[in-house]
Amino acid sequence: MAEPRELLRQMLLVRRFEEKAAQMYGLRKIGGFCHLYIGQEAVAVGSIAALELARDYVVTAYRDHGHALACGMDPKTLMAELFGKATGCSKGKGGSMHLFDAARHFLGGNGIVGAQIPVATGVGLACRARGNGGVVLCYFGDGAIHQGSFHESLNMARIWNLPVIYLCENNQYGMGTDFRRVSSVTEFAAMGASYGIPGRLVNGMDALEVHREVSAAVARVREGSVPEFLEIRTYRYRGHSMSDPAKYRTQDELESYKRQDPIAILAAALTEQGLLDDAALAAMDDAAKAACDEAVRFAEESPEPVPAALYEDVLA
Amino acid sequence: MSVITFREALRAAMDEEMARDPSVILLGEEVGQYNGAYKVSQGLLEKYGPSRVIDTPISEEGFTGIGVGAAMAGLRPIVEWMTINFSLQAIDQVINNAAKMRTMSGGQFSVPIVFRGPNGPAEFLAAQHSQALQSLYAHVPGLKVVAPGTPADAKGLLKSAIRDENPVVFLEAELMYSWKGEVPDGELLVPLGSADVKRPGKDITLIAFSKPLRLALEAAEALASSGVDAEVVDLRSLRPLDPETVFRSVRKTSRCVVVDEAWPVASVGSHVAWLVSRDCFDDLDAPVELVSGEDVPMPYNHALELAAQPSVAKIVAAARRALYLT
Repeated sequence: MAEPRELLRQMLLVRRFEEKAAQMYGLRKIGGFCHLYIGQEAVAVGSIAALELARDYVVTAYRDHGHALACGMDPKTLMAELFGKATGCSKGKGGSMHLFDAARHFLGGNGIVGAQIPVATGVGLACRARGNGGVVLCYFGDGAIHQGSFHESLNMARIWNLPVIYLCENNQYGMGTDFRRVSSVTEFAAMGASYGIPGRLVNGMDALEVHREVSAAVARVREGSVPEFLEIRTYRYRGHSMSDPAKYRTQDELESYKRQDPIAILAAALTEQGLLDDAALAAMDDAAKAACDEAVRFAEESPEPVPAALYEDVLA
Repeated sequence: MSVITFREALRAAMDEEMARDPSVILLGEEVGQYNGAYKVSQGLLEKYGPSRVIDTPISEEGFTGIGVGAAMAGLRPIVEWMTINFSLQAIDQVINNAAKMRTMSGGQFSVPIVFRGPNGPAEFLAAQHSQALQSLYAHVPGLKVVAPGTPADAKGLLKSAIRDENPVVFLEAELMYSWKGEVPDGELLVPLGSADVKRPGKDITLIAFSKPLRLALEAAEALASSGVDAEVVDLRSLRPLDPETVFRSVRKTSRCVVVDEAWPVASVGSHVAWLVSRDCFDDLDAPVELVSGEDVPMPYNHALELAAQPSVAKIVAAARRALYLT
């Protein structure tokens, strides 16, 4: 199990990185779509901490900054990618939605809602062929769960018993649509049953619960049992992307989730247990801010891709 | 040299590559126990077992995407689409994932995968099951697209496609599977991106690929009986193209007919015709002709469906226009 203070450190890094990304977006250093993870930090951090990335894999959608950082990617290469610089993890060709790290088994970063779910399932097929106990964490949102790709993938994962854990990060709004308005079944955890896959509901505002539940699932899947499905109920504080003022929800609702902020509740729990004091928390936060400042500096100073890069990396 | 069918050539290519490289797998509908909807994969399940020859449910988007993920994580999948028509259920995975993963990841990931199956009109199958969709795939950077017209090329190109580090869309045809042809014994690799002169000639160039290659060769014979010596160039590879082989032929003959059974708008055929018009402008003695499929959904009625496709008569007529023999 991961050290709780390490989970807190990573969540703070994600929070500060996203705040910095929002700031840079406002300054027009970052363009296009930029989907922030603020509020959802406990999900990526708590779950990816359950993996051994030498043999396990992570596949996610376009709200991917938090997963990339939780996989251990350097904030510098991420910020440079958001800036479209040659030093970015995808050489400035992917941007916010397409972060990748082959060495850390982080396979993106997919911009089409639900399109990553079959890909993750195929990674599971490769893991099974390799026979080393590797497990795939496949993330998607409440919007993606109604895509055919989800249903096709769960069916095949179950008939072939692939080592994939499907994590629905239910942040409750598919862009501006409350999931309750468009879901015939609102307890998503039940949907795994359609495919003979056990499903569980997890509180995504609690990093320790996420970590505990996903660690247990990883252990079961590694043992060679059936794939698993987790609905992790969470909440994003910001709009769907930078251009979304999020008028489809009430301020009261937002405030109610901020009162169970994943960083605040973990910090409080650790303080209560005597594992953290204000000075240690401040030092951790300062380190996260410094890393993000350094990332911005690196991105600012990095070169643009050269024009000849246009034709590079199209084919192998 | 052995005489084998197109189907046997494809099977031999997969068999040899699966024997050579344990990371090669085959997945798709009916590829295993049923031995393939068109019997291309006959015997492979028995030989390589269910972990490498994988029967899928009818879930084209799902199993196509599964192939992409497996390729990103170290396998070399061959995804069989029962026909190209059903690839439309999966085209998001091909265009948005397979073709773009390398660019989007800054070169970190490659997707060594082959998507293969029959393309183009068959017989009595009507609009949804009888269409030539090569233009859709040939449009997309990050893909390679191959369309052999002979058993030898089918074997040599499929083996190369399986070994390629990029996603390759490999186009066959229902009506070609039983065609026979000579295939050299032993290792046979035909490089992707190379056209081939299938019949030398000096008076006019007929450019074709896949099933219409046979029509072009028959048209060349028909033209020969009226004293016209036609050269037939088989594109074989639609992306990347081999324009130099095409241009070399047209610069020699000064006349050109392009044959492509796809619809005429924004097609491989229209693109090649434009390339020839631009790059061989000073050598051409007549406008470049295009013999395409008619610009309609395929009808069921046999006379109408034949009328909707390129034919020997249409190719000969186009050649005669280019030769000012009308």
